[in-house]
Amino acid sequence: MSQAGLVFNIQKYSLHDGPGIRSTVFLKGCPLECLWCHNPEGISPQREIVVVGARCLACGACRAACWHPAAALGEGCLPARMDACTFCGACVAACPTAARQMLGGSRSVAEVMASVLQDRVFYAESGGGVTISGGEPLSQPRFLLALLKACRREGLHTALDTTGFGPIGQLLAAAKLSDLILYDLKVWDDARHRQLTGVSNALILDNLKRLDQAHHNIWIRLPVVPGLNADPHNLQQLAEFVTGLRHVTRVCLLPFHRTGIDKFARLGQPHALDGVLPPPEELMEMAVKIFHGAGLPAVIGG
Amino acid sequence: MTERTARLRQRSLDTPPSLSAERAQWLTGFYQDNTGKFPVPEMRARSFLHLCQHQTIHLGADELIVGERGPAPKVVPTFPELTCHSLEDLRILNTRPKTGYRVDEECLRVYAQTVIPYWSGRSMRDRMFAQLPPDWHAAYNAGIFTEFMEQRAPGHTVLDDKIYAKGLLDFKQDIAAAVARLDFSNDAAAQRKLETLKSFDIACDALIVFAGRHAAMARELAAVESDARRKAEWLHIAEVCSHVPARAPRNFHEALQAYWFCHLAVITELNGWDAFNPGHLDQHLLPFYQQGLADGTLTRETARELLECFFIKFNNHPAPPKVGVTAAESGTYTDFANINLGGLLRDGTDGANEVSHMLLDIVDEMHLLQPSTNIQLSRQTPDGFLRHALRVVRKGYGFPSLFNADMVVEEQLRQGKTLEDARAGGCSGCVETGAFGKEAYILTGYFNLVKVLEITLHDGRDPRSGRQLGPHTGGPASFTSHEALCAAFRRQLRHFIDIKMCGSHIIERLYAEEMPAPFLSVLIDDCIAKGLDYNAGGARYNNTFIQMVGLGSATDCLSAIQHLCFAPATRTSKRHMPLQELVTCLDNDFADAESLRQRLLHRMPKYGNDDAAADTEMLALFNACIEDIDGRPDARGGHYRVLMLPTTCHVYFGSVTGAMPDGRKAGLPLSEGISPVQGADRHGPTAVLKSASKMDHVKTGGTLLNLKFAPALVATDEGLDKWLHLVRGYFSLGGHHVQFNVTTAAMLREAQAHPDAHRGLIVRVAGYSDYFCDLSNELQEEIIARTEHQGH
Repeated sequence: MSQAGLVFNIQKYSLHDGPGIRSTVFLKGCPLECLWCHNPEGISPQREIVVVGARCLACGACRAACWHPAAALGEGCLPARMDACTFCGACVAACPTAARQMLGGSRSVAEVMASVLQDRVFYAESGGGVTISGGEPLSQPRFLLALLKACRREGLHTALDTTGFGPIGQLLAAAKLSDLILYDLKVWDDARHRQLTGVSNALILDNLKRLDQAHHNIWIRLPVVPGLNADPHNLQQLAEFVTGLRHVTRVCLLPFHRTGIDKFARLGQPHALDGVLPPPEELMEMAVKIFHGAGLPAVIGG
Repeated sequence: MTERTARLRQRSLDTPPSLSAERAQWLTGFYQDNTGKFPVPEMRARSFLHLCQHQTIHLGADELIVGERGPAPKVVPTFPELTCHSLEDLRILNTRPKTGYRVDEECLRVYAQTVIPYWSGRSMRDRMFAQLPPDWHAAYNAGIFTEFMEQRAPGHTVLDDKIYAKGLLDFKQDIAAAVARLDFSNDAAAQRKLETLKSFDIACDALIVFAGRHAAMARELAAVESDARRKAEWLHIAEVCSHVPARAPRNFHEALQAYWFCHLAVITELNGWDAFNPGHLDQHLLPFYQQGLADGTLTRETARELLECFFIKFNNHPAPPKVGVTAAESGTYTDFANINLGGLLRDGTDGANEVSHMLLDIVDEMHLLQPSTNIQLSRQTPDGFLRHALRVVRKGYGFPSLFNADMVVEEQLRQGKTLEDARAGGCSGCVETGAFGKEAYILTGYFNLVKVLEITLHDGRDPRSGRQLGPHTGGPASFTSHEALCAAFRRQLRHFIDIKMCGSHIIERLYAEEMPAPFLSVLIDDCIAKGLDYNAGGARYNNTFIQMVGLGSATDCLSAIQHLCFAPATRTSKRHMPLQELVTCLDNDFADAESLRQRLLHRMPKYGNDDAAADTEMLALFNACIEDIDGRPDARGGHYRVLMLPTTCHVYFGSVTGAMPDGRKAGLPLSEGISPVQGADRHGPTAVLKSASKMDHVKTGGTLLNLKFAPALVATDEGLDKWLHLVRGYFSLGGHHVQFNVTTAAMLREAQAHPDAHRGLIVRVAGYSDYFCDLSNELQEEIIARTEHQGH
């Protein structure tokens, strides 16, 4: 169990990442930079410091605890991002309100397992289990496989939540150890996909076709973001593609929500979607109708 | 609801509670004329008969189930033989902003001229306060514990199925048989038993007289009724009231009316805690329901209307008025009659039936404050029944609450009850486990765990008054380890529990000898067979409870002390804070130490997060309570047991407790039940349930756990199903009870800002639901501060 990874959260009573009551393990690092990302703290493959603004007392304890000479130059609390930061954690330990948090602690497989096994009784009761998400789990492939294996050894139901953007060999290896794949699709038009996520969708679509031949339980997850990918044309093309697959058991249409915006602020980063609001109900119903029309088992949320 | 029950419901809601001096006046007159003539039990039974003969009775328009405790709905009698309210008490009741009772001039006049002159110094409260020793009074005044029997009689019990098969005439035969068995030559207690049995017999007669007056009045009303349909109803009511409770009920309507008369008798004879309670109402009614449907005398609709009428009767009966500490510990109109739905049959199979579902629909549609309802959920209970219950809970009223029926059985087996008696038992009041119809399980008062820790941190002294209340166990500087502090805490805990029990022995003896409950004794096995009153140990099973308050707060205090003052240094905690320094900050209520307070609030291991660092402290505290209380002998031949529930006492106890190491400022509420400190649980509901399941619930008589859910979490069918599994998961870990508020802080803030627009908003407090706008401001804030679990 020497394998360790960068984990930025383990979410208990996770209800929207597969069946039953689950714990979702979030691994850091993602090759995509989707504008609507609701876990922006998962994008960077490095540790990061965040500041929950509402909790900060502006007491300056973080600055006093920082050993770096640059800290002595300013006043008040340290910003979330400092170029000279070595992530020693002294400022985080000094914060009395836990407003200042370190994201992405190095966790061993054993540590993660100890945490997820705490809720074993609830998985058993509800048909739930463990979901590995991110970031993009494939960005820490060795840790991901070790984690999935450990879950298998414990008899836990496993779900892999992936963008599909990774080497096919790694994807298939992880899929083999997963009972369910939550596979994200966003935009059909490749140029638009590049524009909104930073990468081409060719690999993602190709990988999905390959995965469909190797795995029998795939849930497609599609964030619906007004003005970006919620147009009927895009949805229709994606639905058409999915109808060509054999092992998609559910299509989850996820209404865009603004919780990511707060998180960007905590990271000290700007957010590109300041003006975008969650989709109105009619829009979601229209989206469901398109997928139902294609004969697909689509649901809102999940 | 039918038009009839909608009208009855609205009338019940619109009528403000008021006090009546009528009972007090009749009772006082009887005592003035008869004191010294009869043995105590007979005196009590004859005074009850006197009330049944003379009190104003009320049969209201639209009603199908009849009978009130007072002269009209929502009019509450007083019990001066237990607590004689002063004129000042009555004025406070009339004017206090929350849970007030209207008191008119006539009531004040009767009290001033008749009631107070007779009962002052003679009431149970006056007599027990005179007998209780100074150290009891000192601890009581400091807010270390409260006393339940100070203003209300012991009660806390629930009826089984016996009145549906037997009438009072049958019980009179049982009494006669018991008299015939008395052996006056070989049993020195035979004469006392005879006096007791005679009191039981008179009590049966009294209720038959009371029912007969209702029958007669119904006939009179029929005679002058012009509406033919209502005339027929009055005549039918007259027939029902002439048959029950003297004889066993023959149908659904009579079954409900029979219970209701017994209910009124129990709450008129004395004002016992938790009123009275039909227990497994769904199971008791099923045979009548099936028979009525089969023979065509009942339809689903008429059955439902009768049940709705029955529910409204409970809502017409606010709790008797409470003053002083009792008002603070139980500040609500709710009188805790808590109907059990589902559960197990005596043979261990599922007890949920069609009537259970009908009752859930009624609870949902009527959402009355009273009666309370709960689900007894066993492994046998189908998911469909739980799902139905959760759809009601989802509406946000906080009821029904959810109990683990298998654990309820196990708890009782541990106490030595038979399997069948345990299965026929259930829960009452807030969360209290008992063998229905066969047990006196009496609550003696709340106990402030956090205050005891505060006193421990001050060498046995109460910093609020400066008085030395406990033994000298050393000041904060003297503790060289966490273990040493915990050992001192254990000595203080034992000291105050001993004081509490000494007091309870005095009080229970007073009740046994001076204030028997003959009618209640008729209904509870084996009082007749033993010739012994309910209050003197006549029940088949006897348990006496102390309700511990502040487990979460006390845990977080000990966890913070361990972490801050004693734990081995780590990279992140560079130096220990001397305990003395921490205590000084507490004494100053964290003045100039906000940074420390924030650290205590946010950086210490907290109970409710499935974190062993905190939960081991909880377990040590829990086990200390069990060791110091469980199994010790009580005054009725039974045993003391532990309960973990607060009603509203966590607010009162917080108000007398200074700043503490969990970061709580002086005077603020403590944690309630076994719930985490408000807002301290930050890892979701599964973590709370895991933490809570680490205590051995089977060793208690009940634990109370509150969770607050955002409505979005359970809005969908899928969310509801996951909620169902969450509850099942907790119960498979051995949890006793859980209840949910489905609401948001924003909704509650809105109700605070515009109370008139939200008078109907009902929330879960602790073991019962109440109108949010009727709660004290402190309690409103406490509920808002509870963690609101969101979906992820």
